[in-house]
Amino acid sequence: MNRKSLVFGALGLVLAASAAQARDQIRIVGSSTVYPFSTAVAETFGKTTKFKTPVVESTGSGGGLKLFCAGIGTKHPDMTNASRRIKKSEVERCNKNGVTGVTEIKIGYDGIVMANSKKADRMKITRKQIFLALAKDIPAGEGKLIPNPHKTWKNVDPSLPDVKIEVLGPPPTSGTRDAFAELALEGGCKKIGWIKAMKKTDKKKYKAICHSIREDGGYVEAGENDVLIVRKLEANPNAFGVFGYSFLDQNADKVQGSLIDNQDPTFENIADGKYPVSRSLYFYVKQAHVNKIPGIAEFITEFTSDKAWGDDGYLTDKGLIPMPAAERNNFRTDGKSLASNIIM
Amino acid sequence: MTSETLPDSGTIRDRNSDKSALVKAGLKRRYAAERRFRAYGVAGILFGLGCILLLFYTIGSNAIPAFTQTMLRLDITLDPQDIDPDAISTANYRKIVRQPVRALFPEVTSRRDKRALAAMLSPGAAYAVRQMVIDDPSLIGKRISILVPLSDDIDQLNKGAIKASSDETERRVSNKQIAWFERLQDFGLVETVFNTTLFTAGDSREPELAGIWGAVVGSFFTMIVTLALAFPIGVASAVYLEEFAPKNKWTQVIEVNINNLAAVPSIVFGLLGLAVYINFFGLPRSAPLVGGMVLALMTLPTIIIAGRAALKAVPPSIRDAARGLGASPLQVTTHHVLPLAMPGILTGTIIGMAQALGETAPLLMIGMVAFIVDIPGGVTDPATVMPVQIYLWSDAPERAFVERTSAAIAVLLGFLILMNTLAVFLRKKFERKW
Repeated sequence: MNRKSLVFGALGLVLAASAAQARDQIRIVGSSTVYPFSTAVAETFGKTTKFKTPVVESTGSGGGLKLFCAGIGTKHPDMTNASRRIKKSEVERCNKNGVTGVTEIKIGYDGIVMANSKKADRMKITRKQIFLALAKDIPAGEGKLIPNPHKTWKNVDPSLPDVKIEVLGPPPTSGTRDAFAELALEGGCKKIGWIKAMKKTDKKKYKAICHSIREDGGYVEAGENDVLIVRKLEANPNAFGVFGYSFLDQNADKVQGSLIDNQDPTFENIADGKYPVSRSLYFYVKQAHVNKIPGIAEFITEFTSDKAWGDDGYLTDKGLIPMPAAERNNFRTDGKSLASNIIM
Repeated sequence: MTSETLPDSGTIRDRNSDKSALVKAGLKRRYAAERRFRAYGVAGILFGLGCILLLFYTIGSNAIPAFTQTMLRLDITLDPQDIDPDAISTANYRKIVRQPVRALFPEVTSRRDKRALAAMLSPGAAYAVRQMVIDDPSLIGKRISILVPLSDDIDQLNKGAIKASSDETERRVSNKQIAWFERLQDFGLVETVFNTTLFTAGDSREPELAGIWGAVVGSFFTMIVTLALAFPIGVASAVYLEEFAPKNKWTQVIEVNINNLAAVPSIVFGLLGLAVYINFFGLPRSAPLVGGMVLALMTLPTIIIAGRAALKAVPPSIRDAARGLGASPLQVTTHHVLPLAMPGILTGTIIGMAQALGETAPLLMIGMVAFIVDIPGGVTDPATVMPVQIYLWSDAPERAFVERTSAAIAVLLGFLILMNTLAVFLRKKFERKW
């Protein structure tokens, strides 16, 4: 009985609300890594133009693209942020739902750091060692895999400290985790000859070996909240954490980034591409919405202006690592002309 | 007492004296057990109180710094050359607020140092001047004195969260900036004022510009929708089930289901809201309307259960008397039973609403976990709610958001305490005992 009345109540409200459907602010969804940058631009845009402040949701890269590709119309978002490139399957999904004109704009880079408390010694590690410490199965001789037996870092390599392996990192839904697996683990995995050879013969198995993170307690899923990871590291000097560069930058007094392949995770090293574990960040624009929702073109102009994403822009204060000027120019032109620049 | 337990009557006296000796011997132990039992209860309460006090203490002590903000007094000349009266809103206010700061430190010449100096001002400084000129264009050409916020890093330095004694590489404020800040203090331009922004602004990426007012308004609209839906439906259901419905298999099934509904995890309601309200009915995402509808589903069982308990507590003699005087069943309910049960129903409603006020999980699914700066003006505007704001701030990298998170928690706790006190007050004031 009460269900029925609820449905009637809901129907009444729907009728009342449907009049107010037209949308006059931009809606952005997507990656939690791009969220701090996207929101900073949205706020500046809202405060310095006549347009309303865009609404930014943090849904994760995959979740964002799913919403973005669901269709055209005011109930679907206008842009989505991603901490990885759009996948082929997602482009197909977009096309299937009528979202054909999509502009990709790369906004800069983000480094993924492995950090520990300042109370402990700084770690120097290679990607191969990271792979051997954190992979689910590790190679034991040619063509043979065994479940990861390493308990301490010293087990992995005598040069590393004699401390239990405990790495706090994001869960599988996170783009940061995907990128960490792809850049750090796979980067190390490739160093092993016969696994590298497998990439050509059995790509699926190669990926399974290189991207699987151990589940026996060595890697602890600490949720999407990076602030929490930093606090846990402070409390436990033996643990390491995996998170984005911006959190290292903001908490440099509490945690230190480990040197990976002898490279320090600094702003300069990430911008130069010397630091091996860094990735590109993107946002995607739905062209069909550009003239329907006010302010999209102006928002792109704001985002791609040098005062935002330039070397001295306000996004660098938030931890974004800018692209070289030439690359910025390319994407700025793409943003202006709204080119369909996704090549699969 | 003891004689009852003895089946054999012949030797009662002997046995009684035996028994009383036995009882006496055990008395000490029994008293001790009694005392222990009470001590456990007191210990339990003390533990609970201790936890609450610890919670209040940590939140309170973390929140206190958030209630003040470090500001800089600036004397700005609003040069008509800088501000075109026809395009007031697009003038370069960043430059306008930076000029007087640079004038204070003429020795700062290198581009890098100039940038570091300008970074001490919050972006809010330019917005504040812009708003002032838009509100009163006659100020152009005059010299104004205005308090503008300093950046969150300088604010943290002033509050002692960033220590000047630490190594320069370990903090976000450079030695030069510290020296400049000390000079500004010597000039008497730095003021620490009550942080009104925290209570009047919407969300922001800059901690010094962030406020919870947007979330409070969002919570208010959401709660209004929840109350408007859940209260009438809940009370109607409770009254029907308790006063009119025949007691049969169907009403039992409904009763079991209502109790089940009360135990469903809140995220499930969020998924339902996404599937039904947003995807099927096409209601807007992130709107308090949808949030309120979802939370109404969650609050309904609480109201129905509390309402039925309150109706049950009204003695049947009242109903009989009313009927005896010729009142119809409807009159019996609306004139007598419902008013008497109202305090109980209201208490249940307030507790249900307090629960809904603190809920985040279902709102995640319907897009209310979002960065929203503009203060919502109605139930269809995008909005967020207080617990979501706390969650978003707790995840922000800037250090200054830590204290603001605690401040927002303190405000939310304040509202919750207020609502629960109201519930207790209503109960005490209107409750009838028979």
